[in-house]
Amino acid sequence: MERSIRMKKEPLFHVVKKAEVSYGKTVMLSLLAVVIAIIAGGIFILAIGQNPFEIYASIVQGAWRSKIAAKGTIKIAIPLLIAALGITPAFQMRFWNIGAEGQIIMGGIFATYFALFLTGLPHWLLLILMFLAGAVGGGLWGLIPAYFKTKYGTNETLFTLMMNYIALYMIKYLTEGPWRDPASSGFPKIASFVPNARLDQIFGVHAGWLIGLILAVVMFIYLKFSKQGYEISVVGESTNTARYAGMNVKKIVIRTMFLSGAICGIAGMCQVSGAAYTLGEGIAGGVGFTAIIVAWLAKLNPIIILIVTVLFSMLDKGCSVMQSDFGLSPAVSSILQGIILFSILALDFFNRYRIVLRQRRKA
Amino acid sequence: MASVKMKKEAMAIELKQITKTFGSVVANNNIDLSVKQGEILALLGENGSGKTTLMNMLSGIYKPDSGSIFINGLSVSINSPEDSIRQGVGMIHQHFKLVEALTAADNIILGAKEKGFFLNKSRAEKISEISKRFGLEIDSEKKIYQMSVSEKQTVEIIKVLYRQADILILDEPTAVLTPQETQKLFEILRRMKAEGCAVIIITHKLNEVLEISDRVTILRKGESVATVNTSETSAKELTEIMVGRPIELSIDHPETNFDENLLEIHHLTVCDEEGFEMVKDISFDLNRGEILGVAGVAGSGQKELCEALAGLLPVKQGAILYHKENLVGKSPSEIIKMGISMSFIPEDRLGMGLAASMGMVDNMLLKTYHEGKSPFVSKKAARELSKRLVQQLQIVTPSVDTPVRRLSGGNVQKVLLGREIESQPNVLITAYAVRGLDINSSYTIYDLINEQKQKGVGVLFIGEDLDVMLELCDRIMVLCNGKVTGIVNAKDATKEKLGLLMTDALEKEGDPHNGTKH
Amino acid sequence: MIINFLFAAIKAGTPLLFGTTGEIMTEKTGHLNLGVEGMMFMGAFMSFFVAYHSDNLVLSLLAAFAIGVFAAFIYAVLTVSFMANQNVTGLTLTIFGTGFAKFFGAMMIDEAGGSPKLSTKFLNAISEKSIPVLGDIPVIGKLLFSHNPLVYLAIVIAILCTVYMLKTRSGLNMRAVGENPGAADAAGINVTLTKYLHIMVGGGICGLGGAYLSLINGGGIWNNSSVVNGQGWISVALVIFASWNPAKAIIGSLVFGAFSVLQFYVPKNIIEIPNAFYVMLPFLITTFVLIVTSMKKSKEGSQPAGCGVNYFREER
Repeated sequence: MERSIRMKKEPLFHVVKKAEVSYGKTVMLSLLAVVIAIIAGGIFILAIGQNPFEIYASIVQGAWRSKIAAKGTIKIAIPLLIAALGITPAFQMRFWNIGAEGQIIMGGIFATYFALFLTGLPHWLLLILMFLAGAVGGGLWGLIPAYFKTKYGTNETLFTLMMNYIALYMIKYLTEGPWRDPASSGFPKIASFVPNARLDQIFGVHAGWLIGLILAVVMFIYLKFSKQGYEISVVGESTNTARYAGMNVKKIVIRTMFLSGAICGIAGMCQVSGAAYTLGEGIAGGVGFTAIIVAWLAKLNPIIILIVTVLFSMLDKGCSVMQSDFGLSPAVSSILQGIILFSILALDFFNRYRIVLRQRRKA
Repeated sequence: MASVKMKKEAMAIELKQITKTFGSVVANNNIDLSVKQGEILALLGENGSGKTTLMNMLSGIYKPDSGSIFINGLSVSINSPEDSIRQGVGMIHQHFKLVEALTAADNIILGAKEKGFFLNKSRAEKISEISKRFGLEIDSEKKIYQMSVSEKQTVEIIKVLYRQADILILDEPTAVLTPQETQKLFEILRRMKAEGCAVIIITHKLNEVLEISDRVTILRKGESVATVNTSETSAKELTEIMVGRPIELSIDHPETNFDENLLEIHHLTVCDEEGFEMVKDISFDLNRGEILGVAGVAGSGQKELCEALAGLLPVKQGAILYHKENLVGKSPSEIIKMGISMSFIPEDRLGMGLAASMGMVDNMLLKTYHEGKSPFVSKKAARELSKRLVQQLQIVTPSVDTPVRRLSGGNVQKVLLGREIESQPNVLITAYAVRGLDINSSYTIYDLINEQKQKGVGVLFIGEDLDVMLELCDRIMVLCNGKVTGIVNAKDATKEKLGLLMTDALEKEGDPHNGTKH
Repeated sequence: MIINFLFAAIKAGTPLLFGTTGEIMTEKTGHLNLGVEGMMFMGAFMSFFVAYHSDNLVLSLLAAFAIGVFAAFIYAVLTVSFMANQNVTGLTLTIFGTGFAKFFGAMMIDEAGGSPKLSTKFLNAISEKSIPVLGDIPVIGKLLFSHNPLVYLAIVIAILCTVYMLKTRSGLNMRAVGENPGAADAAGINVTLTKYLHIMVGGGICGLGGAYLSLINGGGIWNNSSVVNGQGWISVALVIFASWNPAKAIIGSLVFGAFSVLQFYVPKNIIEIPNAFYVMLPFLITTFVLIVTSMKKSKEGSQPAGCGVNYFREER
């Protein structure tokens, strides 16, 4: 029996799916994950020869130590918050919208059109038009992959990913071509918006933060209490159950993706009209991707998204003082983000599965 | 590791005290089973009796919770399919384990532990040599997704033969085959037996058991109830063991006095999502205040019939008349809007009937959330309804907002049934309403169904326990391979008769059991 | 003119070829790794760092490969063993990898007191060289036999991967795992090991793509802000265009490379096409390819069926 000789030993453990996890336990595990993640980040800081406590402390300080710093933190948070809220309904529906980046850009482009060419309108009307244009632009960009998904089952992850770059180069085209500022010689760019087309400031930061907060509350209510939010959850749960309940799955997918894109588009509008005062290739700058991570970490809960966004922005802004205080590149922010995220992603495993150790067998 | 003394007669496989649970469901309970070399063992049992689970532990898909496995007299621990294959076990799963985008040849050699880094050009020859030896026909360069079901099975068989497995497990292999193909398969199995292989065949077709096997082990509700020599048994005895000795059941059977036709089905033909005809030209009717049972082995077309009635699967041919109005071509929501209240309790409770990670309250809303003009879902009524159902049906749940996924099977079923009954339907369709439930929960469900019957609801009861159906139903329709093989009055029917209608025993001419036909 | 154009296209397409081949290896086991950009960044830094300190091309490439393997290993642990969401993990890897390269890149700049430059000796080792005899053939000589050594490396790797995928036993196992891990598992293939192995090798190849960007495209000077600059994402697009076949990726990278340099070669006074259009074209075509393959519902030439879904044997 040559076959039997090579019998392997039983492995040390095997993985079993968890049947039930109580709410309290989930919260506990998540908090534990955050703590471990911060420790993991600390180990990295130690490894590069710094004191983790000092670094963490100065990150927090750096983000809030002055009015200007705090404003900067909030400014970083605004597009991230809005885009993460935009991704949420799509992900809730298990539609993997990786296209927030492109949807932000299209929102920015549509809004910029009004900012450049309809400057004569009353301020409030112009801003409302820009807001709506941003929503429509982003929405359309979300609609296209949704249409093909429902019609032909086209893979939405890859489709939305491609749409990001089509949008990005659209800016390049506009910058170098039709919308090029004739006044600027040399490097092509789009003219700065006239003050009439700039988003007003509230408490020293552009009104985007208010839009974001309102959207967070609205999105929370929409997903939790509205009929459409209910439909989104059921479709995400199981398209079979949705069909069984008499829902029009295609319509729901297309509508939700328009909404998802539209909110990301609003983020783009806020960026061009509140932060940059112009349209440039860096307008989204990876926010669309970070937003996906934020939404996922927050388990698609708009209120938790708000918290996670603030933490992320703090890390980003706080790390900008690393250069002056410790001689470290602000890129340390991305590394810490990465390490913390890796840890949290790994530890989430224990929310879903448990490990069974090998039982000692009686001879 | 304990090594066991070789017995006089080496058993190819010996399972001792195997237990496997999934969550709270005990799929296998202390099962013993053995197969000799050069023997064909039939594993017989109703759906859900634990046959496939047991075999999946031999093939390394599942790990037993307790118990031991001996192969050729040695205690082994099977941790993966790889271990299983190394022990010479080859399993042909009911749902084929084939890679659709690859060719037959690629699938056959997949994972085979052979020498050489490069794919051997001569594999085609080896494959055709095997196919010739066993009389199998295969185009080894054809892609799997272009193949018919029986071609796919041929690939699976060659795959096992290619690895020179000497212990062969086949899970419902004949379900998809024509009688001629079945005979060919049996020819192969006999050849393997002659070469000293041990064969386990999972089936519920009695005539096949009698034809091919040497011994039969019968499972019922996760337990091994008997092992008999095929030569000393009969279809009648096997049916009795399989479905259980007649137990004294006391399910109420209220008489009703409605004389009104609800549903008329005419020559209905339905294809499943892959385009195979699963329901073939069936006709029946359903009256008010009646429970019409639908019996048949799994995959006889019950699922497709239900889904077609509920508007979830397109109808290929035929008509579904509800009060003389044809429902064919209408979507579920249109059917609801027409004021027809038809409730369908699907087999796949958490995947179709309920949203698994939502609570009871949200699940109550599934079919009614859109009512009213407000853009918001009104949960007040649903919450009250949930609370009422929890009391009325004694649903055990921490709260009405606990995800239904976390409830036990019986409670999940009560949630689903409770919701459907609350919609005050005229027609109630239930598929395997008591599957996985304990006795007490089952009785609650029967009572609920009877209550509906007394209210004048027409109930279509897709079931698997014949004892229950005989007690509960007024009439029983038997499906076999998508066709109706008979509609009988429950009062006049016997379990044996139903059992024989369910298998294709009656279709075969010259069958010794034809005599049971009244 | 046309020869120059094609020559430049090959040069521009090579980093994409590395990235695409690496990502194909990954996706073929059923894992969409959106961390290509990050892995390329890490490879770019490591190769430059090692080249700067050791002046050794082989060591530099090995370092790029190793860091790619390491990054992919993180991804594999999270998605294969811990069954984390593939998209989120990949995006995180991109953030991490970008940060990694920029952080240590900045350290390297500090250390060198200005942008570090590679030695002439090293630059000479990676310069374009005409292969004796073959390189002297008119037209073909310039087009095919006068490149820098990394171009040949990329093509050799792509061909090796194709042969491996289609002609070898473990290549077949890998394709089966990506299409239907359940079936592969039942056939006795070690699904976890197969996934780890190919994700890591794929990451290593992506790392080499990064090396190309920092060593060749960077012109021997470390540029902290724009080493990779989206090439990783284009590689992900190219995977679709190449319909998950590294051999087709050779052609595909040439086409994509051609688009990226086309603007410099189309005579401006004859046809007036905006520059942005050329760079957008690869993505437009890829989207089109994506739609067409989904319309055909073909099982071949589309994303492996198991892609994006993590495998758990006892799922039921």
